[in-house]
Amino acid sequence: MSFFFEVLVGGLLAGVMYSLVAIGFVLIYKASGVFNFAQGSMVLFSALTFVSLLERSYPFWLAFVLTLLIMLVLAWVIERWVLRKLVNRSPITLFMATLGLSYIIEGLAQSLWGAQVHGLDLGINDEPFEVLGLLLSQFDLFASAVAGSLVIILSLFFNKTRTGIALRAVADDPLAALAVGINLQRLWLIVWGVAGFVGLVAGLLWGARLGVQFSLSLVVLKALPVLIIGGFTSITGCIVGGLIIGASEKLAEIFIGPYLGGGIENWFPYVLAMLFLLVRPAGLFGERQIERV
Amino acid sequence: MNTTQPLSPPPLLQLEHISLSFKAVKAITNISFAVQPGEICALIGPNGAGKSSLLNVINGVYRPDEGAISYNGETFNIMQTHHAAERGITRTFQNIALFKGMSVLDNVLTGRNLHVRSSWLEQVFNLGRAPQEAVRQRKKAEAIIEFLHIQPWRNNVVGNLPYGLQKRVELGRALAAEPKLLLLDEPMAGMNTEEKQEMSRFILATQREFGTTIVLIEHDIGVVMALSDHVVVLDYGKKIGDGKPEEVRQNPQVIAAYLGTQH
Amino acid sequence: MLYREAGQFITHYRADQRLFRLRQDRIGFYLLLASAFVLVPYCGNDYWFSAILIPFLVLSLAGMGLNFLTGYAGQLSLGSAAFMAVGAFSAYNFNLRVEGLPFLLSILLGGVVAGLTGVIFGLPSLKIKGFYVLVSTLAAQFFVQWVFTNFAWFSNDSSSGVITAPPLDVFGLDLSSPAGRYLLTLTIVTALGLLAANIVRSELGRNWMAVRDMDTAAAVIGIAIPKTKLLAFAISSFYLGIAGSLWAFTYLGTVEPHGFDINRSFQILFIIIIGGMGSILGNFLGAAFIVLFPVLMSHIANGLLVGVMDSGHLENFQKIVFGMLIIGFLIKEPNGLASIWQTFTQQLRVWPLRYWSH
Repeated sequence: MSFFFEVLVGGLLAGVMYSLVAIGFVLIYKASGVFNFAQGSMVLFSALTFVSLLERSYPFWLAFVLTLLIMLVLAWVIERWVLRKLVNRSPITLFMATLGLSYIIEGLAQSLWGAQVHGLDLGINDEPFEVLGLLLSQFDLFASAVAGSLVIILSLFFNKTRTGIALRAVADDPLAALAVGINLQRLWLIVWGVAGFVGLVAGLLWGARLGVQFSLSLVVLKALPVLIIGGFTSITGCIVGGLIIGASEKLAEIFIGPYLGGGIENWFPYVLAMLFLLVRPAGLFGERQIERV
Repeated sequence: MNTTQPLSPPPLLQLEHISLSFKAVKAITNISFAVQPGEICALIGPNGAGKSSLLNVINGVYRPDEGAISYNGETFNIMQTHHAAERGITRTFQNIALFKGMSVLDNVLTGRNLHVRSSWLEQVFNLGRAPQEAVRQRKKAEAIIEFLHIQPWRNNVVGNLPYGLQKRVELGRALAAEPKLLLLDEPMAGMNTEEKQEMSRFILATQREFGTTIVLIEHDIGVVMALSDHVVVLDYGKKIGDGKPEEVRQNPQVIAAYLGTQH
Repeated sequence: MLYREAGQFITHYRADQRLFRLRQDRIGFYLLLASAFVLVPYCGNDYWFSAILIPFLVLSLAGMGLNFLTGYAGQLSLGSAAFMAVGAFSAYNFNLRVEGLPFLLSILLGGVVAGLTGVIFGLPSLKIKGFYVLVSTLAAQFFVQWVFTNFAWFSNDSSSGVITAPPLDVFGLDLSSPAGRYLLTLTIVTALGLLAANIVRSELGRNWMAVRDMDTAAAVIGIAIPKTKLLAFAISSFYLGIAGSLWAFTYLGTVEPHGFDINRSFQILFIIIIGGMGSILGNFLGAAFIVLFPVLMSHIANGLLVGVMDSGHLENFQKIVFGMLIIGFLIKEPNGLASIWQTFTQQLRVWPLRYWSH
């Protein structure tokens, strides 16, 4: 039984990582209606930039600030040269544009910083210790703490600041937001910048765990089932969805996998999300739209 | 029309005690009325009175919470869209719901889909009934295109056409289905007087030539009085008037709703 | 001046509904077919057959498959390669396990199995819309790859799931030479291409576009949405399945499940974005672009930038250019190369005048 709980807790903590990627998604989806496939490559790009700066013996804080600045420049470029040119296009078109974007960012990241695997040490001990008979990792706890504080900061940002309130207005009705004088382009820039920041945090945590390498950009695919279970518009949903996906894929792998020859965590989240959709099409925390004709 | 006959035939459409709400908002409260075959029935009322919702209930886009719909001798608690379409109910939409990436001709042809007899395999391989049917359906579609005077735009992509023409193409798509009951949601919204007259003529011609029963929503009282045989007035989701145009015009409740005196 | 319809009067609906209304287009098409079937096999060399023409044809076919689903029926998919894999592995097993089954029939049956698989993964699209459908196609992508990697039965217990092409015998002819494989591929792709043109101009094609453009209105005029969507998944996957068999047997010769990974799905999506969504011609243009572009790039790199760019850099550079092209097309020419071609022929029709009416 304690083995079961260990797998469960391990999965939940891994799920936190998925949540972090999914949060970047939700921010951009809410503010600009864009389903940003490039979120994964942003995670890769930021982590790679940070590690490369560290390797060139920049101090930790300077590397962090510089990376953040680079992510902001990236956001500016995306807003100026991609989003602004695609205003009023169908969501599918925007999605495909971000697919192109992910190719550009991945190509850029690797031609700037090379394709080899970089180790990243955040100075946090990754040795497991025992609590109540369960083996826990300090690193996982740290990751969850970071995710938790990120959620708190973001919800304060959305609910208390002028920018946050403007963002919610835009999410609700972009035209009406424009009409009351909200600067849409500035907001998009902010949101993509914040998503870049979330991407950086996610990239550092993932990178410290798995090494900073190309496969980081593929976590974006696992974020999709997280979003579907949590709902595309809810940050709380991201966390809950991430936990569900993380826990269930680990449990499935350990307890069902052996009967099927293993490796089922590759597809299990998608099938789970598919079944989930049939029961709750709008996700756990998503809003159901009434279609007006 | 036939409302003056001593023994009127059974109604084509009868709504009985229909109610509909979205979450906490009551859109329609206990509405009943009947539409005689062959008549033009106008639904009028201020914005938000529940007119469009009522049309959506009639052809199954929305599911009412209560009530029943009798149509052509059958009674439904909830109408499904495909049941409505199969039984000859078709409609146009307030905000134009055309297939924007397709040509005018293709849009009108989609309206024929329930009359197509050949299977998709026959059509794809151009075998069996398909070749002759393609020509037959095309002729029907062309007849509608001619009826609405939209021949010059036959091969144009609908999304690029001006608004007034799009409204006409949408009527064309509905007429291509050879409907028994045609629901028109603000067919003249946003049009100038000339365009309204033109559209009115098409609606009257539809009623006379094809014998189609029509329920329409319209805000222009002048147009309503001129076109309709029967007027139903809604306000805040309730029915406040029902009768011939001239009767409704005298109804104090209707005047109040329109002129804004208190309820 | 030569390219215009002057003097060609269409007096029957049947004549109006054929594939090429303009006589010049018809003649051009026949000339193209004749040179592809007769001239090219004589003049082409093995490099062109094996490295350019065969993958071009197969990818065009795969593009058609995805275009049915995404370009016409409006359902986004990131699982194209999965259906290609199902086609290839099914055809391989039919050929292996059914004694004396003709090669062409095994490919066809592979396509049918892929089509049925498509229907299964298309089922969720009946309840959900838009991006949500992506998850079901991703499920297909990862599940199918896992099945063929993990269960050795599908690859006849070969190591790491590799399958090898059966002998390419068609009606007693041995088509295993590069020219033979080219002709076999060309014949299948031409036949399915003509069929595709019929499909999208038939009622089914119209219904797909209706569902794509406005599904509520489509339901209201009586189009059976579930049937329409599932047929899109079925026919799309059928085409992809055939393309998968050709990819494995006439192009590569041997293939492992990894050859049908998600990057292949992306590649096919890019073909239809660059070529043109909702166009049959676009699949050929997009596939030609995707096959020729890397060849061109490596020639440039070898010729002009010797020593400046190694292969790793070249690959990254290609990725960047690809991404920029996709965004560029979406911004400037959302209907892709097919739309550029269409504008060009329209201008040709009125040349030397400048304006035309649609």
